Amino acid sequence: MDLLQFAKGPALEIAFAIFAFGIAYRLFGVVVLNWPRNYSESRGNSSLVGALKMMALRSWPHKEFLPRTWYSEVIGYTFHIGFFVVFLLFVPHIVFIETITGLSWPGLPGWAIYYISLITVLALLAVLVRRLNNPVIRMLSNFDDYFSWFMTISPVITGLMVTAHMPLPYETLLAIHILNVALLMIWFPFGKIMHAFFIWSCRGATGASFARKGVPVQ
Amino acid sequence: MSTYHVPHLFDTEHTDAFKADRQGDLTDQERADRALINFVKDVDFTTATYLEGCIHCGLCAEACHFHEMTGNPIYTPIWKLEPFKQAYKREASPLSFVYKALNLKRKVTASELEQWQHLIYDSCTICGRCSMICPMGIDIASLILKARHAMYHAGLVPEDLWEMARKQEQEGSPMGVTAEKLNEIIASIKSTQGIEIPVDQNGVDVMVTVSSTELLNYPDTLADIARVIEHMGYSWTLSSTGYEASNYGMLAGNEDWQRNMSMKLIEAAIACQANIVVVPECGHAYGALRWEAAELYGKPLPFRVLHMAEFMADGLDNGRLKLGTASESITFHDPCQVSRRGGATQAPRKLMSALGVDLHEMPVSGDMNWCCGGGGGVYSIDRAQDLRYKAFEIKMEQVQDSGAEKLYTSCSDCRMNLDDCSEHFDWDKQANSLLGLVAVNLA
Repeated sequence: MDLLQFAKGPALEIAFAIFAFGIAYRLFGVVVLNWPRNYSESRGNSSLVGALKMMALRSWPHKEFLPRTWYSEVIGYTFHIGFFVVFLLFVPHIVFIETITGLSWPGLPGWAIYYISLITVLALLAVLVRRLNNPVIRMLSNFDDYFSWFMTISPVITGLMVTAHMPLPYETLLAIHILNVALLMIWFPFGKIMHAFFIWSCRGATGASFARKGVPVQ
Repeated sequence: MSTYHVPHLFDTEHTDAFKADRQGDLTDQERADRALINFVKDVDFTTATYLEGCIHCGLCAEACHFHEMTGNPIYTPIWKLEPFKQAYKREASPLSFVYKALNLKRKVTASELEQWQHLIYDSCTICGRCSMICPMGIDIASLILKARHAMYHAGLVPEDLWEMARKQEQEGSPMGVTAEKLNEIIASIKSTQGIEIPVDQNGVDVMVTVSSTELLNYPDTLADIARVIEHMGYSWTLSSTGYEASNYGMLAGNEDWQRNMSMKLIEAAIACQANIVVVPECGHAYGALRWEAAELYGKPLPFRVLHMAEFMADGLDNGRLKLGTASESITFHDPCQVSRRGGATQAPRKLMSALGVDLHEMPVSGDMNWCCGGGGGVYSIDRAQDLRYKAFEIKMEQVQDSGAEKLYTSCSDCRMNLDDCSEHFDWDKQANSLLGLVAVNLA
C-alpha cells in the first residue's frame, strides 16, 4: 500500500470514524444536560419561531454594529464561503464524494476554484493577522484558536499545491492533501471548529428566550 | 471629561493591583473550590452550549460601554467569564476527562477569581448589549449572572453590594426602608398631599411594589403612583410584608436570597388576591419579578407582572388612562432591563406618543441603547465610581446628540446614576421620571 492508497483508504476511514463519533459524543454531552424550564409568562411569541429566526438573522450583523464589525464580517464570510465553495464545487472533490456516496452535482471550472482558493488563503491570513494584532482577540486566543486556524488553512494550501503540481510529484501531493483533510476531520470534534454545530444551539437558545420575552430577535 | 485609571489586573507586582473584597474566613482553596462547584452545578444545556460556542472573535468588546470608553481589552464581555469557561471545560464539559488528564485547562485559583471580581461586578451592568452583537448568539449577560452565583459562594462579592443584599435579606430593604419607615412615608404623603395610600387591602385588582431607591431619592414617586392608579379606577394596595421590589440578592449573586426576596412579593400578592403586580420604575426589579421569579418559584405566577410603564401603556389600550398633552422636547433613556432584557421597549414610547411630546430619540436607542453605566449593582460599588463615570460619557454624548431639552427614563436606578453623573460632570441635564410626566398630565 503506497502513501496515496493509505490516505484514500484507512486514513480517511479512521478520520471519518473519529469525526462522526467525536461530534456525536460532544453534542450528546451537552444535549443530555438539564434543559431550563420556563415558568414566567411568555409574551405569546413562539419560542421555536424565535429560535429559527435568530439562527437565520444573526448571520447578518445589526446595522448598529456594522461600522465596527464590517472588517471581521468581510474576512469571516470570505474564508467561510471560499472554503465551502472549494470543498463542494471543485470537480475532483465532487467525483471523490460521488465514489463514496453516489451523489453528484455540477462543479466550477478549475481556474475559478484556483482563484477562490487563493482568496480563501488571503482571507485566512487576514484572520490570523487580526488575531495577532487586535489586543482583544490576542488576549482571548489560545492554542485551539491557532491550531484550528492552521487545520483550516492547510488543506486549502495543499490543495493549491496539488493543482499547481509543485514542488513534489502529483501522487505525493495528493496524498499529503488527503492526509491533511483527514487530520482536519480528526481535530474537528475536539476544537473550536465544532462551532459549526454549536452556532445553531447558541442562537436557538437565545432566540427562544428573546422571543418569550418579546425582545426583537435579530 | 473624567480620567480613569485602569486597575492593573493580573500584575501583582504593581502597587495599584486590584484589591478584592472577601466575605467569611474561607481559605483560598475553599474559595476556589466553592466557586467552581457552584458554577458547575449551574451548568445546564443553555449554559453549556454558550460556553462551548464561543469562537474568541472578540466582537462583544465592540458592544460594551466599559471597553468602548476605556479601550482596555480586559473589559471584553466574554473575557469576564474566562475563569468560568475554564472551570466548565475542566470540570463539566464532554471533553473534561481530556482537559483534566492532560491538564490542558488548569484549576482556577482564588487569586484569579479575586481579580475577576472587578470584571464580573464593577465593570458589568448586565445590560446585555454584548448579547446582541455576538455572531454565535451567546447571551453573555445571562452567564454573568451565573458567574455571580459562584462568586457569592466563594465569598468574593464587592462588600458594598454584599452589604445591601444582606440588609435586604435581613431587614427587608437594601436601604433601610423597613415596614415602619414605609408607614412613616405613607403618613407623610397623607399629611402633606392629602393622598391616601391603601395598605394590606384584600381582594384588590392591583398590588403595587416600590423600590427603596425611589422612595428615598425621589419621594414624590409613591404619590404619583397613587394619582395614576386612582385615575385608572383600579382597587389597589401596598403590602406591608411584600413591598420591596429591588432584588439585591440577584445582583450580588445569592440565589437563595433572590428567591426569598421574590417570595415575599409572591406571597403578598397571593394574600391580597391581586390580579396584577406592578413593579415600580426599576429595571432590575422588573427582570427579577417578571422573568426570574417564576423560575425560582417553580411554577407560573398566579398574577400578571407589569412594569409601571407597561401598566400605564396597558391603561391606554383598555381606556382607563386618559392623558392630556405635554409639549416638552424630550429624549428617553431606555433602561436595559426593561427594554433590551425585558421586552417592554415600546411601552414608554406608546405613553410618550399619547402625551404628544416632542420625542428626540438618541442616535442609538430602544433595544440597542447604550447603558447608563450604573445598572447591575455597579452604582452601589463605591470603588467602581471612576469607571462608572467614564462609561457614562457615552450616554452623555448620546443625550446631547439627541438635541432634546429634557431627559426622561423609567428606572429609578438609571435615574439615580444619571443624576449622580450629571452632578459629577456639572452637566445641565437631570433625569426625570416618565411616571411623573404621566402623573402631572392626567386628563
